[in-house]
Amino acid sequence: MDRGRESGQVIDGFRLLEPLQSGGMASFWRVSRDGTDLPMLMKLPLLRPGEDPLTIIGYEVEMMVLPRLSGPHVPRFVAAGDFERPYIVMEFIEGQSLKSLLEKTPLPEDDVAAIGAKIAFALHDIHRQHVIHLDLKPSNVILRGNNAVLIDFGLSRHDQLPDLVQEDAEGPVGTGAYIAPEQVLGERTDPRSDLFALGVILYFLATGRRPFGEPQRVDGWRRRLWWDPMPPRALNPAVQPWLQEIILRCLEVDPENRYATAAQLAFDLQHPDHVNLTKRATRLRRDGIFTVAWRWLRQARNRPERRRAALTSYLADAPIVMAAIDLEADHESMNDALAHAVRRVLATQPNARLACINVLKIARLTLEKFEDESGRNPHLGRLIELKHWARAVPVAPERITYHVLESTDPAGQLIDYARHNRVDHIVVGAHGRSALRRHLGKVSARVVAEAPCTVTLVRMSDGESFRTAETQRA
Amino acid sequence: MWIGLFSDIHANREALESTLTHARRAGIGRFIFLGDYVGYGADPAFAVDSVMREVETGAVALRGNHDAAIAVGTGGMNSVAAEAIEWTKTRLDKAQQEFLAQLPMTFEEEARLFVHASADAPERWEYITDVESASRSFLATRAQTTFCGHVHVPQLYHLSLTGKIAGFKPVQGVELPLLGHRRWLAVLGAVGQPRDYNPAACYGALDTERGVLTFVRVPYDVETAARKIREAGLPEILSHRLIEGT
Repeated sequence: MDRGRESGQVIDGFRLLEPLQSGGMASFWRVSRDGTDLPMLMKLPLLRPGEDPLTIIGYEVEMMVLPRLSGPHVPRFVAAGDFERPYIVMEFIEGQSLKSLLEKTPLPEDDVAAIGAKIAFALHDIHRQHVIHLDLKPSNVILRGNNAVLIDFGLSRHDQLPDLVQEDAEGPVGTGAYIAPEQVLGERTDPRSDLFALGVILYFLATGRRPFGEPQRVDGWRRRLWWDPMPPRALNPAVQPWLQEIILRCLEVDPENRYATAAQLAFDLQHPDHVNLTKRATRLRRDGIFTVAWRWLRQARNRPERRRAALTSYLADAPIVMAAIDLEADHESMNDALAHAVRRVLATQPNARLACINVLKIARLTLEKFEDESGRNPHLGRLIELKHWARAVPVAPERITYHVLESTDPAGQLIDYARHNRVDHIVVGAHGRSALRRHLGKVSARVVAEAPCTVTLVRMSDGESFRTAETQRA
Repeated sequence: MWIGLFSDIHANREALESTLTHARRAGIGRFIFLGDYVGYGADPAFAVDSVMREVETGAVALRGNHDAAIAVGTGGMNSVAAEAIEWTKTRLDKAQQEFLAQLPMTFEEEARLFVHASADAPERWEYITDVESASRSFLATRAQTTFCGHVHVPQLYHLSLTGKIAGFKPVQGVELPLLGHRRWLAVLGAVGQPRDYNPAACYGALDTERGVLTFVRVPYDVETAARKIREAGLPEILSHRLIEGT
């Protein structure tokens, strides 16, 4: 409880209502202001003499970063005080703290994946806004409706602003249980550090244990550079291989071996059937002592120079590309043209992921699995055709997935899919002149008009050649 | 209030015109010029006349080392800069030379200090290029924020309550909050001769109310400015460096 403040007191027009739980670096009050309906919280940093300088740095960072963030995954910034009277007022997030779920761990894997995907989407959203959180942990995540809301940006990094934390801190800064290995080495420019912390959260939710314990000192933090965690399935046999694959990929020591973006991680969490399983999926033991010793030696000897790319370029290099393939197209040349366009989109983006989509148009929604005339599920045939099509697109198997969807409204289905999976770029064919094609052409026109991302429209000309028209929607 | 901060125009008419037009269109009502109106470029008389006109209507203009060299000579300058100054002298009339000679070295307003080179002995024209030179400037003034030029490469230094100084390369067009808990030293880029491999003119837009500074880049007709330097018979290198932003 902070001294000298009581309910009813007014600070710069904000009336203190009730004190909330105090953190180590700040006290929190519910506040109201005449004319404002938004539920609000005031954060008052504890700036006492001899206090950890990080308290004031964290306050400064949050004052810089929070006003620049918007959207459903962050509290809305309302106001900040001045030098004499420091405070920040922001939206009070009503929801369930992820921390409160920890008592119920291990959670069923569907819940783990659903929560994980929500957090991954929230991370992708702030990453797109130039911010890396760098202190992701359950107490900084609030689940509100369909969204995860991230709070406490005091250790965060905005890649277009000075990094006050880096400049003031004597050593690595973070939370022992969740901090990424590169952060332990002082690196604060990689958005994939947040994916590591999310991996720790997923591990905890799935097993009820923290993969690296809760070391309090930096020596303890460093161990994760060479000691790999116990595989989740060794602690909880109910964890499926696909979930273990995802978790251990997030916990890779080298960020290059993790997911390229939070959106790509969310994609796997939402499509367990499409997770590319590697040796990680089935391991039941930690690495042997020789491997660990070798890693220790390697990390002690060389510190790799990391590329210091701008945050947005990490995301730009690793888009999710969706190819909408119409398998009923009357000539092969359209699909060749689509493959050509996709190859061109992927050529400069080595970390791109490709989702090949075909929508099976149905007359009405039905709960029964329907079959074609010969009694086979048409999905299977279409998957085979999609895979055949994709042979013309050189993408490593772990970067490509195939989806046959069914809908009475193919255009709406494609747009929903793109939105739901944070697709960055859609490649879709436009069709020619026949009556049927005019009808189908409406699909691509609607995708171009309504898609939440860039769309490349591939159009056949009358001759053999084709051209593409690119449209961009903000 | 919005203040436009312009440094190192260096007789570049095309850059100056584009920059002032940009600032006016952005609604910036007050101008502060941080020195070096002449030297290097082919239009010294135009640059000085423009600044004189702005000063008559309320702008502040400070003295830079090239402006001072017109009256006191080129001691300490490299041969290219000295050659340009000798040429410039022949292009300025008495009134223009007198204007340059009477300019103040610094200007202070509220908690802001404006100076061409460094707050530490401004007449020594020290370049602020690293944390050490920035710390000397911080120590020499009590102003919360110092604005300077002279280096031709934009940089923002800041000093925390714990006494740590760090430099930051500003991203163009991004509002930088000059937080009240620390002190700031903004090295503006050059209007007329950028040296950060970006040939676009650079100026600062300061919103005093919100305490945010933006480093703005303005593309201008570099080719014409470079051609005029060649046609004036000034050293060839001065023409090249405009095009390449070095």
